[in-house]
Amino acid sequence: MGQIEWAMWANEQALASGLILITGGIVATAGHFTQWYFGAYSIVAGVFVCLLEYPRGKRKKGSTMERCGQKYMTAVVKLFGPLTRNYYIRAILHLLLSVPAGFLLATILGTACLAIASGIYLLAAVRGEQWTPIEPKPRERPHVGGTIKQPPSNPPPRPPAEARKKPSEEAEAAEGPSAGPQDNPIPVTDEIV
Amino acid sequence: MGNWVVNHCFSVLFLAVWLGLNVFLFVDAFLKYEKADKYYYTRKILGSTLACARASALCLNFNSMLILLPVCRNLLSFLRGTCSFCSRTLRKQLDHNLTFHKLVAYMICLHTAIHIIAHLFNFDCYSRSRQATDGSLASILSGLSHDEKKGGSWLNPIQSPNMTVEYVTFTSIAGLTGVIMTIALILMVTSATEFIRRSYFEVFWYTHHLFIFYILALGIHGIGGIVRGQTEKSMNESHPCKCAESFEMWDDHDSHCRRPEFEGHPAESWKWILAPVILYICERILRFYRSQQKVVITKVVMHPSKVLELQMNKRGFSMEVGQYIFINCPSISLLEWHPFTLTSAPEEDFFSIHIRVAGDWTENLIRAFEQQYSTIPRIEVDGPFGTASEDVLQYEVAVLVGAGIGVTPFASILKSIWYKFQCADHNLKTKKIYFYWICRETGAFSWFNDLLTSLEQEMEELGKVDFLNYRLFLTGWDSNIVGHAALNFDKATDILTGLKQKTSFGRPMWDNEFSKIATSHPKSVVGVFLCGPQTLAKSLRKCCHRYSSLDPRKVQFYFNKENF
Repeated sequence: MGQIEWAMWANEQALASGLILITGGIVATAGHFTQWYFGAYSIVAGVFVCLLEYPRGKRKKGSTMERCGQKYMTAVVKLFGPLTRNYYIRAILHLLLSVPAGFLLATILGTACLAIASGIYLLAAVRGEQWTPIEPKPRERPHVGGTIKQPPSNPPPRPPAEARKKPSEEAEAAEGPSAGPQDNPIPVTDEIV
Repeated sequence: MGNWVVNHCFSVLFLAVWLGLNVFLFVDAFLKYEKADKYYYTRKILGSTLACARASALCLNFNSMLILLPVCRNLLSFLRGTCSFCSRTLRKQLDHNLTFHKLVAYMICLHTAIHIIAHLFNFDCYSRSRQATDGSLASILSGLSHDEKKGGSWLNPIQSPNMTVEYVTFTSIAGLTGVIMTIALILMVTSATEFIRRSYFEVFWYTHHLFIFYILALGIHGIGGIVRGQTEKSMNESHPCKCAESFEMWDDHDSHCRRPEFEGHPAESWKWILAPVILYICERILRFYRSQQKVVITKVVMHPSKVLELQMNKRGFSMEVGQYIFINCPSISLLEWHPFTLTSAPEEDFFSIHIRVAGDWTENLIRAFEQQYSTIPRIEVDGPFGTASEDVLQYEVAVLVGAGIGVTPFASILKSIWYKFQCADHNLKTKKIYFYWICRETGAFSWFNDLLTSLEQEMEELGKVDFLNYRLFLTGWDSNIVGHAALNFDKATDILTGLKQKTSFGRPMWDNEFSKIATSHPKSVVGVFLCGPQTLAKSLRKCCHRYSSLDPRKVQFYFNKENF
């Protein structure tokens, strides 16, 4: 299991836990269950976890598929620097967030899932993984005409007059397919579609 | 649109039947629990959420029954083989087994959500009515004793007003197994997302075996009989229609209504999942038995670009073109099985696979074989299993597209055709093959080079140069390579591959290719086979639809995609 980046799976699990927390919280609050205020907390915690986990981190090896529209959240998450980069902090944060939701049956599933995600993040942190943001690649603008400084001042070198006669004589003798002074090394076809 | 319908009509029909059954089962169970007199008193406490929970439970049973079936590879292979008289389109449905497995999984997730939410409301209702002291019908019903001596005909599973719903959840079989099942399901789903599956196959493989807990928990989930309905005897004596209004007088001696008695609904999930579980156990036993058979490695070839070729022999092994096997290397990992397409032809006396580095397991395997001075690691083989490539030789005209290492099934097909030509097999239905190989770097070509070179020679000798029309495309080119190629344009053979057919650069323009094929074969059925990425599948599928004529007698393109 040398190459597995556990943080990637922890991220999926945490995102799912966030959604489960939100759902459980809505059910508890809307149904006005006993101690429904834990449900309200669960909704807030779930939204926070979802926003934090939405931007996927960059894989160490290979290309990473971004989630749709994640660049906005990436900018926000990046701002917190080491708080969001370090997975130990994330593991502890998720564990703490999951505890209050454990007091209500409707949200206890969210607690369990978030606690599992916290455990996987801990494993990722122990193996030295870090969250690196996926930066958009700067588009290289083609340097049009970057090397053209000035038009040439001298005509191109030409072979002396005697050498110039030979190609034209050969052309007359061979009666080759190419008519005219220009010989194309690669046949150029005029494609009319 | 017409072409899409024709090509997909069986899939659409199958899915419509499945969805229809789901809807039917849901509505049927919902109405039963909502209207039946047996559950009149239960409904008095719980309301409509009882019916909701039971309806989603029935759908969960149904879908849990279905989910194990698409992954029984050996069973599907057997069905494929026995259905050789069936039409081609019918057999193609078996290719979509993994898609169906995922759809059923999504339906299970949906119904799990409905079931859990409904039961949360149910538990809350039970808890409130247990704590209510207003003498309402609900509170009297909840007070019915749990004492076994008095018949144990309770209704409310919450035995005392002090008991919390959390306590009941974790001490009842139904609650505990429910929690276990749901956590197992969530872990399975999060580790099976496309991203995780493609990048870290081992995480997916091992976590997905949590399904064992899911199935076991599902089997015993209903044992506690928490869903209670009135007994027959009690209904005959004191029918709810007559007695529900007079609930204050149930205990009076002169009232002809007695206290209602309840019994639990027996567990029925095991009835649904028993047969698929047995089939799946047989499947795993079969896989194990096949894997124990001795595999002899006859040749190991290390190709450039880190591609390992293994030629093997196994007693009783017989294959068709384009099939795949699962291999396991106990010295690297005891439990992991990875799929690889066979690259040898059935006519050869060995079978071979080409492996390239794609993750932990493959890297360790290649490293283990690279060491020349230690013993060759033991390999276990399960298979072969059939996929769409078996059908290639059934089409008059075949268009084969392989991207990168995805060319491997077609390597097997081309080799097989070479052997058939050598034996002058006139039963060959295929009259023309168009082969496109799209690759990023040149190094990966080399092991396939020899095959194409010998095929070229073969075709020339037999005078059938136009049977195989192949184009090679290099997508990872740079100006150096192109310049080099342009300079060597006049040479008879390609500078990169040594083949007579020149390598093209960039990606093929499929519209041009398809229209050329359509005009050269106006009355044929053309099979298009792809082993490659999803984006390429989309463009090929579109071209197939666009260039298939609506008249079934004229040119028809059928699209087949390899799925792993």
